[in-house]
Parts: sequence; structure tokens; C-alpha cells
Amino acid sequence: MKQENFYNFAYLDEQTKRMIRRAILKAIAIPGYQVPFASREMPMPYGWGTGGVQVTASIIGKDDVLKMIDQGSDDTTNAVALRGFFELTAGVESTTETSEASIIQTRHRIPEDDLTEDQVIVFQVPIPEPLRFLEPRETETRKMHALEEYGLMHVKLYEDIATHGHIATSYAYPVKVMDRYVMDPSPTPKFDNPKMHKMAALQLYGAGREKRIYAIPPYTDVVSLDFEDYPFSVQEWPDTECGLCGATEVYFDEVVTDDHGGRMFCCSDSDYCEKRRAAGHTGKQPDQAAEV
Amino acid sequence: MITEPVLRLSDVSKSFTMHLRGGISLPVFEDVAFAVHAGECVVLTGPSGIGKSSILKMIYGNYRTQKGNIVVKSQLTETDIVSASAREIMTLRRNTIGYISQFLRVIPRISALDIVAGAAVEQGRDKSLAQAAAASVLSRLNVPEKLWHLPPATFSGGEQQRVNIARGFVAEYPILLLDEPTASLDAANRAVVVELIEEKKAAGCAIVGIFHDADVRDEVADRTIDVTEYSVSAAA
Amino acid sequence: MNSAGVDSPLLRCSDLSKYYGRQPGCIDVSFELWPGEVLAIVGESGSGKTTLLNCLSANLEPTSGTVEYAMRDGTMPNLFDLGEAERRFLMRTDWGFVHQNPADGLRMAVSAGANVGERLMAVGERHYGKIRHSASDWLERVEIETGRIDDYPRTFSGGMRQRLQIACNLISAPRLVFMDEPTGGLDVSVQARILDLLRGLVSDLGLSVIVVTHDLAVARLLSHRMMVMKDGRVIESGLTDQVLDDPQEAYSQLLVSSILQV
Repeated sequence: MKQENFYNFAYLDEQTKRMIRRAILKAIAIPGYQVPFASREMPMPYGWGTGGVQVTASIIGKDDVLKMIDQGSDDTTNAVALRGFFELTAGVESTTETSEASIIQTRHRIPEDDLTEDQVIVFQVPIPEPLRFLEPRETETRKMHALEEYGLMHVKLYEDIATHGHIATSYAYPVKVMDRYVMDPSPTPKFDNPKMHKMAALQLYGAGREKRIYAIPPYTDVVSLDFEDYPFSVQEWPDTECGLCGATEVYFDEVVTDDHGGRMFCCSDSDYCEKRRAAGHTGKQPDQAAEV
Repeated sequence: MITEPVLRLSDVSKSFTMHLRGGISLPVFEDVAFAVHAGECVVLTGPSGIGKSSILKMIYGNYRTQKGNIVVKSQLTETDIVSASAREIMTLRRNTIGYISQFLRVIPRISALDIVAGAAVEQGRDKSLAQAAAASVLSRLNVPEKLWHLPPATFSGGEQQRVNIARGFVAEYPILLLDEPTASLDAANRAVVVELIEEKKAAGCAIVGIFHDADVRDEVADRTIDVTEYSVSAAA
Repeated sequence: MNSAGVDSPLLRCSDLSKYYGRQPGCIDVSFELWPGEVLAIVGESGSGKTTLLNCLSANLEPTSGTVEYAMRDGTMPNLFDLGEAERRFLMRTDWGFVHQNPADGLRMAVSAGANVGERLMAVGERHYGKIRHSASDWLERVEIETGRIDDYPRTFSGGMRQRLQIACNLISAPRLVFMDEPTGGLDVSVQARILDLLRGLVSDLGLSVIVVTHDLAVARLLSHRMMVMKDGRVIESGLTDQVLDDPQEAYSQLLVSSILQV
């Protein structure tokens, strides 16, 4: 049975795609602003990336090459399942190579390699509202965005310093876009925040359950919030390198390798790691590659 | 030289309407008229309940006046208490009219010395000068020094009364209203109050007072006014 | 004494009415508040005093009438002609609002220090050290141990929460503070301490205050002037001691005679 007969291209009907594209255009026009959209029921549970999937489905064409990553990896459940979804419903070519892809849908990482003007990166967002945890009223947070009342964001960072001695927020670290809207960059590690600043690729964010789309156009200023005396900084792993490829300036996953307490660090970005190994770089535990 | 009076009452009448007792009206006095000049002490006399205290309270703006005028002259301005706004009366109370009764409204957690100095500080006097003046008056009134830095809430009635008297005398009011300040004071302190009154008069202060004690009255009064003359007999 | 701004009122309320449908909240209220004055609005539940307070503090749009406020730039616009952004800016800088229930004015899930520092961060202070220093300074002024700066308000007693709320409001050096039953629901001894603290702060800082209360003792201790409200109207106003010692209107007399003598 040929499944593609049962679905419209990329699953969503054309009217829905138009509606979502309008929301995307508005989001690009107002960088960092959360545009409401009529999020559809998708054939997967909320939390699996229904927002990102709808955005991708609305912008993808037959000639696109899709890369799907979950926590940096192309091989984990979410990435495999969603790649399969688009292979099935759109029949587009997919890739694991960052440089080959025209659309990259990601769950919580930005690839290590710089993206280009020809690429679009689509983020899956669970909670788009950065003010939510301090101000639960949606009516109030919308007003705060409208009036640029962002003192509350710093209250959160103040709490971090008061409790931990430093800003301990390490993912979903709030940013200010084009000196106007404060935005939640989805739960990417703050390690990736500097990559958002003046990125050549278009960044699209989709939150399915919350029915919001927002965007950062190419080459837009994105500044991570901080205090003068506690400036923003990214995670560091001193004296650590990837066990497989020997990379140092990357975001690491810590992997347990056996049941005797053996462990190693390796690149979270699996494609980046493979490329380095193919180019001859090697780490101290190359034999673990099959396990990871 | 004939000077203008600093305080002049004309045709002043007072009645209380008791809404809770069927709206009956209790007239107290009618057409009270007198004037007080700087440096003069006028004493109101008459049996209790005749309205002496009410007159002082009306001058101070504490009671409403139904009819008449109570004109207070201060520096260049004249203010009729009867028609003055709350704000004008507040200014007069800070700078022009002092009121001393035998009852102290205790302000919790503020020391006796600061309470006494407070009135002078409100008039713009330097805090340390005001405190020195406060200390001097408190010691003259025999308030033990060990009490000065305590809030008066726990003082005896007599001590609280003397703190209150000291507060009224430390500030520099051109008009001073005294509502039985010497009641229940012992002879020695009574004599101090008489001295303080004489000093105020000498400094040009106009005083209207009520004194239960005939000796004190005779000592300080330049004139007496018998309020009975203005009284409205309830029977009439 | 206070030189600047004394020759003009800080707030002028003219012919203010608020109707909820056909039901009146407050009717034809007019008064002026001058710098450094404390005005008490008293009356029983349903008399319209809270409606009036909400209109004055721009939380509620009146049906008719105006509330003019002396801005720091010397102009005196009607609050309801201002944009919402300006109104909200006033609320978190030049004004304070002390709610009866501290939970309405505090963020219970963030620390005391962050609560107190929020107004500073809202106006753009971005130096953690300075914010923390001001916050602990204000905790001290409201008699909360500075060692509790990182504790959550929900671990505080009712009286401490109320004092914390006061600090949160005063840190931005407001000129006008609205208070809605600031000691309601507290033990008598705790009440006395709050009133005491408020009295001191109000006179030290030269604050103007509009305080709504049904407790005449609170009005007596805090305010210079008072307005008595009944059925939405101001039926009597004047100096606080005058209204309490020689009330003219039937209702005011009833109110005063209902005070429990202790």
C-alpha cells in the first residue's frame, strides 16, 4: 500500500499551511514576538514537537533536504520518528549532514557548525513565554511584552545569583531580540545562545500546545540578559575533550560506558563528531563509538 | 502703641446636634466675642460644662463652629478658622497655634525627648537645638533624666502630663491654648508651669487658658472672661 | 519646611463617579491631596471606599470625572488621558500600593530580596550588588533581619509579610502611596507595630498617602485628614481629629460612637 496517497504533501492541508505561513511571516516581521496561530492536532503527542513539525510542514518543499536532530543527535527516538514522519508524508530527502540540509528541525540544540543564509532552523518549543514562571497570567505577560516591562526577567536571574552565587539558568536562557522583545530560546543550552546572535540562517520557533510561533530573521541582534557584575557566560568544560574525536570547544554529552562506573564525554552534535573523525581526528576512547 | 489682636472671636456660637438621640440640638453658647493681644493671658472662667474647653477646641479647629468668626493673625496673613480649609488649619497648628491639654496622646516607640523636641523640629528648628531646649524644659518640670530616652507609654499619668506640657512650651507658637495644664500637678511643678507661662507672655505669646486652680489663675491672668454670660440655658 | 511642590496639590480628584451597570460604586467625589498629606477614607464595607481607591490609583476607569496627578515634569494630566504604559510606569515608580493581603502585592515564590529589588530592576538597574545592597537596606528599615533576605515570603509571618510589602513599595522613593486596609487581618500587637512603622516612614520621607480603612483608630494614628463615605458618597470630611471629636453627620456620629473603648 502506497501511503503517500492518503496524505496531502507534508500531512497538513494547504489552507492550514497558508495560515501558518502567515503567522511565520508576521513573526519574522516582529522579531521575538510570539504570534498566536491555530495549532492543529498532529498524529503525535504534545511534547513530541508538534509546533516544530507544523512549521516545518508549512515551509517544506519537494526540493528541500531535511535534517532532524534531538539533543544534537540524529539518531535518538524523537529525531528518528519525526524524520520518518516527513519521509512518509512528504517524501523529501533527509540527511544527517548539517551542511547538506536546507531545513533543520531541532529539539534543543544548535549545530556546532555555522549555518548559512540558505538554511532555516526550526525549533521545537514547549513553553514559549519566558515570563511564565514568575507571572502566570497570560493577559499580564502579554501586557508586559507590549509595554516592554521586563524587570521581572532580571528578578529570575537575581534569584539565581542569590541562591547559587552565579546565574545558574543553563538552558532556556532568556534573550532580548533586536533590543525589543524578550524571548525564550526554547530549552537549548545557553552554550548555544551566542550562535543565535547575527545567525545567517532564519530561526523559526514553533510551540504546538501553546499555539505560538516566533522567529529571528537572519543577522539579527540577540543578547542574553545578565547583570553588569554577573555577565552572561556559557558553560565550560575545562580539560575536557570529546572521547571520540578530541574536540574541545563544543557542547558535551556525558555518556556512561559500562556498569563499572566507566564514562566519557563526547560531542552532543553527532554529525559534527562524525565529520571530525572522518577527517582523521581522534579522541582517547575511539572504541566506544559503537556504544554511543 | 495700639496693636492689632492676634486672635479675635466674634459672634461665635456652638451647639451639638445629637443625631443618635433623635437629632436633638444642644446649644452651648452664643455670640462669644473677645480678642487676645500678643503678650496677654486671657483666662476663661465658669462652671464645668459651660463650654470653656469647647471654645479652645474651636480655636484649634478641633471642633466645628456653627456661626461667627475666629480670626487668627499670623505674620502678614489673617485666617478665619471657621471657614479655613483643613490644610490651612494644619499649617496654623504647625506654626502658629499650640494646644496643651492634660492628656498626652501617646505615640508608641518614640522617646519622650523626641516627642518634646518634635514640635520645634516641625517648625524648622535644628534638631540638636530643639533637643537641648526639650531637655531643659523636661528637667525644669522634674521629669527624671533616665526617662527621657524612653517612650512615655509606660510613664505615670503625672509624668505623661509633664511631657505633654513640655512639648507645648518648647515650640514657639505666637498663640498658646492651655486646657487645664496644671490639673493634678503638685505644687512645685505647678509653680514651674506658671513660670513657663510668664516667660511665654514676656516673649509676646498670646495665651488663652482654662485653670481650675484659683491660685494659678490669679497669678497668670491679665483678664478673665466668664463664659456663663454667653451660655444658652438649656431650659430656655 | 518642605519647599518644592508645596504650592500645588499632588492629586486632584474632580466629580469622580463609578457605576457598575446601574449600581453606583462611588458618586461625585472631589478632593485635593497635597504633598506630605495623609488622607484616610473611612466607611463600612460597601460604602465605596475601595472603588474610590481603585479609581484614584488608576486600577479602575471611572464612569465620569477626572483624577489629575502632578507628574515630576510639572504637568498635571488626567490619569485616564495617559497611555497605559505611562500609567503603569507611574505605578511602579512614583506610586506605591500596599494591599491588605500581602500576597496580592508580593511574589510569594521569589525571595524577599528579589521582591524588594524588583522595582529597581523594573526601572533598569542592572547591577546585582547595588540591588542587593538597597534591598538589605530596606529590609532593615522595615525591621526585617537582613539575614532573611534570601528567604521566601511564605516563610514569613503575616506582620513580616506586610512590612516586606511596604519595603517593596518604598524602595523606588514614591511620592504617593495608596493603602487598602494595611493592618486588616493582623493581630492587635502586630497592627500596632505596622502602624508605628508606617507613621515613622511617612513623616521621615514626607510621603503623601491615601489610606482606606474601616478602623478609625488607624485613621486617627496615621492621617491628617479624613473623608467619611456612605453609599458611595463622601458625607463628611475634615481634619481627622475634628471629624472624630466633633462629627457632624448622623452616620459619622454613629461610626465614632461604635468605636470600642478599651
